[in-house]
Amino acid sequence: MLKIDKLTKRYPTGDLALNAVELEIPKGQVVALIGPSGAGKSTLIRCINRLVQPTSGQAILNGVNITALGSGALRSARRKMGMIFQEYALVERLTVMENVLSGRLGYVGFWRSFLRKYSQEDIDEAFRLLDRVGLLAMADKRADELSGGQRQRVGIARALIQNPDLLLVDEPTASLDPKTSRQIMRLICELCAERELAAIINIHDVALAKMFVQRVIGLKLGELQFDGSPDQLTPEVLTRIYGEEDWEATIEKVDDEEAEDEAVL
Amino acid sequence: MPVSENSKGQKVWQLHTRNESLIRWFAYLLTVAAFMWCWAKISESTTWYFVWDAPRIAADIGGRALPPKWEYINELWVPIWDTLNIATLGTILALMMAVPVAFLAASNTTPSKVFVRPVALMIIVSTRSINSLIWALLLVSIIGPGVVAGLLAISIRSIGFCAKLLYEAIEEIDQKQIEAITATGASRWQVMLYGIVPQILPAFAGISVFRWDINIRESTVLGLVGAGGIGLQLQSSLNVLAWPQVALILVVILVAVVVGEWVSAKVRGAII
Repeated sequence: MLKIDKLTKRYPTGDLALNAVELEIPKGQVVALIGPSGAGKSTLIRCINRLVQPTSGQAILNGVNITALGSGALRSARRKMGMIFQEYALVERLTVMENVLSGRLGYVGFWRSFLRKYSQEDIDEAFRLLDRVGLLAMADKRADELSGGQRQRVGIARALIQNPDLLLVDEPTASLDPKTSRQIMRLICELCAERELAAIINIHDVALAKMFVQRVIGLKLGELQFDGSPDQLTPEVLTRIYGEEDWEATIEKVDDEEAEDEAVL
Repeated sequence: MPVSENSKGQKVWQLHTRNESLIRWFAYLLTVAAFMWCWAKISESTTWYFVWDAPRIAADIGGRALPPKWEYINELWVPIWDTLNIATLGTILALMMAVPVAFLAASNTTPSKVFVRPVALMIIVSTRSINSLIWALLLVSIIGPGVVAGLLAISIRSIGFCAKLLYEAIEEIDQKQIEAITATGASRWQVMLYGIVPQILPAFAGISVFRWDINIRESTVLGLVGAGGIGLQLQSSLNVLAWPQVALILVVILVAVVVGEWVSAKVRGAII
C-alpha cells in the first residue's frame, strides 16, 4: 500500500536526515517508528506527504508516486494521508467543529470553506467522529478551551474525516500524561483496526509502542536499524538504536503491563 | 576575569575587573560633562527675559480664553463630524491597502523574498516616515484643500504603520497550525483562511482600533494646512486671536480624543 524506496533527505545545512530508507507497509498495519532525537523520524513522515521535500527516492501510495506530483495532484494525494501532531496543531481560535471540518478542506472549494458551507454528509461525518472520540458535547467549544487529551482527540477526528488510507502520526503522546497517552494510543490503534488504516506512529516511549503496535521500526541517524515485531526488541536491539543503557527495565515493564492487561480482560 | 583570590586564599568575585570599572566611571564622567556643556550652550542662546515672562503671558492668554465661548459650539458640529469621518474612513482605507502589503512583506507569506518583499518594505518605510501633516500639505497642493486631502493624508500615513505591525504578527504565527492545514490537502488560499487568518485576527483588530485612535488626534490638526476638519476652525480662530473660541475648540478635541480612547479600549478588551 505504501512503499518507500531509497528515500533520502539532505537539509541545506548538509545534515543527512534520511539515508536511502526502504520500507513497505501493507494495508491496515500499524507501525511504530522509534529512534533517538534527530534520527529522522519526523523528517521521514513529513517526506511522505511532502511537508518536507525529499532530496531523492520515492514514496509510493496506492501506486501513485507522491514525490513526483505537481501541486494540484499533491493536494489530492494529501487528502488520502491524515496527519496527527505532537502538540495537536489545532487552529486554536476556531471551534472544535471547524477544526474537524478543516480536514475536508482538500475536498471543498475556497468560497464554501470561507463561508463554512460544508455539505450535510461532511457535517454528519464530523458529528459521528466527534461522538466516536467522545467529544460530541464539545463541538461548539473553542479549541483552546480543551485539555491536551481532548485536543488530541480533535486532531484524530480531523485526520479521519479526510477519509485517509494512511495515518502519519508524529509523537501523538509526547505532551500527554501517561494515562491519557495510553488512551490516545489505544484510540488511534482501534480506529486503524476499524477502518483498516495503515499508520506510521513516531514515538519516543518504547514501552508504550510495544503495547499497541504489530510492527516496530528503529531509525538511527537516518538509517533503518531494526524492523520486526515488538517481541524482537531485545536489549541488544535497543542498544543498537539508542546506544548503551540498561534496557532491562523498559522491557520488563512492558511484560508486566501486558500481564496486567490480560488479567483485566 | 573578575574572579581572583585574596590573601586568605578565598575566591573573590566581582561583576567587573578594575580596568572595566575605571572605563565605566570615565564614561559616566564624560556623559555628565557633555550634559553640562550643552546646558551652558543652550542657556547662552536663550533670551531669559521671555522665559521669566512666560507665566505672566500664559496667565494673560488664559484669562482671555476663559470662559470658552460656548455658543460657538454650533459652528463646530460639522467640523468635528468631518474630523471623525476623516479618521474613520482614513483608517478603513489604510487597512484595505495595508493588508495585502503586510502579506507581501511577511517573510513567511511573501511570494518572493528577493523581488516582492523589498518593494513591500519600501512602501511601509516610505509611508511611515512622513508625518501626516506633511502628507496633507502635499495633497492639499495636489488635489486642492478639503476633506478628501485630509482623508488621503491620514490613510497614506497609516498604511505603513498598520502593515508593519500586521506583518510582524504574521511572522509570529504558529507554523504548526499551517503545517496541519497544509497536510489536509488544502490550497494556498485555504491555508491562509484557516491557518493564518484566525491567528492574526486579534492582532488585526487591535491594530485597527489603535490606529483609529491615533488618527482621531492626527485629523484634528489637519485643518491647519487646509485639509478639512476642526483644525480649520482652530486656525482661523488663532488668526483673529479669538481665544474663547480656541478654548472651546480645545475642549471639543479633548472630548473627541477621550471618547476615541474609550471606544478603542472597549473594543480591544472585547477581542483579546
